[in-house]
Amino acid sequence: MSVALVIVSHSEKLAEGVVELAAQMAKDVVLKAAGGTDDGRIGTSFEKVNDAVTALREAGHDVAILTDLGSATMTVESVLDFLDDEEATHVRFADGPLVEGAVAAAVTAQVGGDLDAVLAAGRARELFS
Amino acid sequence: MADTLSVAWADAWIRGAQAVLAEHRMELIDLDRAIGDGDHGENMDRGFKAVVAKLDEGGIDDVQGVLKLVASTLMSKVGGAAGPLYGTAFLRAAKAAEGDLDANGVVAVIEGALDGIVSRGKATTGEKTMVDAWTPALEAAKAVAASGGTAAEALRAAADAAAAGAEATIPLQATKGRASYLGERSIGHKDPGATSTAYILEEAAKAAEAA
Repeated sequence: MSVALVIVSHSEKLAEGVVELAAQMAKDVVLKAAGGTDDGRIGTSFEKVNDAVTALREAGHDVAILTDLGSATMTVESVLDFLDDEEATHVRFADGPLVEGAVAAAVTAQVGGDLDAVLAAGRARELFS
Repeated sequence: MADTLSVAWADAWIRGAQAVLAEHRMELIDLDRAIGDGDHGENMDRGFKAVVAKLDEGGIDDVQGVLKLVASTLMSKVGGAAGPLYGTAFLRAAKAAEGDLDANGVVAVIEGALDGIVSRGKATTGEKTMVDAWTPALEAAKAVAASGGTAAEALRAAADAAAAGAEATIPLQATKGRASYLGERSIGHKDPGATSTAYILEEAAKAAEAA
C-alpha cells in the first residue's frame, strides 16, 4: 500500500507550494494540498483535510499529514479523532517542520517506505540533532 | 426559575452567545490583533451565525443535541484555532450532558468542555489561554453544586469566575499558541480566547436565570 501525503497550511498558496516542491523528488507519490479555509481565507479547514484524507483512503493509500502551525495541527487532530481505530492506523500526523518534513517524507514514500518510515522521515529529526 | 435546564435553555444560550459575539466582534478582533493573528472575532462571529442558522432548521429535542450541533458546526466552519478548540469543548460537553441539567449536570458539562480544550490544546493554567477562564469557571460551579445550589446559580458563579479569569490574563506572559512568539510583549493584553469564553458563559448564565 503506497503512502500519500496531505499538506495542511494556513495559506492555500503555501500548501500548494510545498506540494510542488515535494513532488520534484517524488514523481509517483500522491500529494494533496489542504490549505486555507473553505472560503479562501487564511486558516485551516476541517472539511478540506477530511475530504483529502477520505479521497486518498478510497484510492487505497495510507496517509501521512503534515502541518505548518499549531492550530493546523489541532484541526488535523480533530479529523483524526473522528476515525475509527482501524482507520487511525492508516492515517497519521507527522509532527515535523513542514517544508523539510514534506520533502523527506515524500522521498521516503517514493522509494517504497511504509507509513512508519514516512512519518519518521517527516519528523526530520536529523535537522535537530 | 426552573429547577433543571432543558433544550429551551440550550437554544436560548447559543442564540444569546451568537448575539453577544456579533456585538463584540471588533473587540475580539482587536484583542487578537494585539497578540495573535487577528481572526478570533471574525471566526467566532461566523461560527456562531452558522450554528444559529442550523438551529433555525429545528428538529433538536435535547441539550445534548444542541451542544453536538455547536461542536460539529464550529469544527467545520471556524478556520482558526478556535474551531478545533471550541469544537472539541462542545463535543465533550455534549457527551457529558444527559437529559436536562441540574447543578451537577452543569458541572459535568463545564468539566467536559475544559477537558476537551486541555486535551486538544495541551495548555494548562497560567499560559494566557482560554483555559484560564474555563478552569475557575469549573471550580466555581463545583462549589455551588457541592453546597446544594441550583443549575442557574452554578452557571452564574461559573460566568463570573470566567470573566474574572479573563481579566486576570492581562498581566500574564503567553507561553502557549502563537501569542507565545511575542514573549514579554504579550504582557498587558487580555487573552481573546479567555474573553470569548467569558462572553459565552455569561450568556449561559443569563439564559438559565430567564428559564
